[in-house]
Amino acid sequence: MQKQRPKHLDLAKIRLPVPGIVSILHRVSGVALFLSLPLLIYLLQGSLSSAEDFERYRAMVGHPLMKLVLIGLLWALLHHLCAGIRFLFLDIHKGLELQTARATAKAVLVVSLVLTAVLGVLVW
Amino acid sequence: MVNRIVVGAHYGVRDWIMQRITAVLMLVYAVALVLFVLALPSGYESWKALFSQGWVRILTVITYLGVVLHAWVGMRDVWMDYIKPAGIRLTMHVLTILWLTGCFFYSIKVVWGL
Repeated sequence: MQKQRPKHLDLAKIRLPVPGIVSILHRVSGVALFLSLPLLIYLLQGSLSSAEDFERYRAMVGHPLMKLVLIGLLWALLHHLCAGIRFLFLDIHKGLELQTARATAKAVLVVSLVLTAVLGVLVW
Repeated sequence: MVNRIVVGAHYGVRDWIMQRITAVLMLVYAVALVLFVLALPSGYESWKALFSQGWVRILTVITYLGVVLHAWVGMRDVWMDYIKPAGIRLTMHVLTILWLTGCFFYSIKVVWGL
């Protein structure tokens, strides 16, 4: 028997399940990290620069707008990391059951957001 | 029994494995770096001292190579999923390689303070 399912690719109407949300955010965060690689390397350079350059670097990183960007990137990194660990377990066939997969997907979303909030408050 | 006609291609399995191995490499490096930062006295001096160690520099650059290979597979997958015209896709692949190669040399410059 054919089920009546909506057939469309309307992005505004598609409701992804939680593991789907984790998956697409893994991709989005990966692209964001790819695009910000030069910024991340520049941050390491600044943190290793000489004493006088270091003060200039601190002022730049301390700008509120820059802090917002960095907290966004921190979330991207943490989400990509947590979701990546989950995918590695799925690759070795651990946690494939529907209930487990949903629970770990929720855990990835929550843990990365909580860690971002905690670290974000610490470094603000 | 699946009777697959094998013609010598690798069906992307090498890239798939490379992405996983580099993921584990980055994970180990990240955990080690966090542990070192927590164990060492905090501040500019000890951070700088850590990155003046030869082995830290070598492991950092090896990890960056892992980042580049990992990101290459990931971005290639993204372009293959969303960009269908061959010309534009090839252009995006070339730009991705240039971007990642540039980032890699920049990271070597930064880590070795050239």
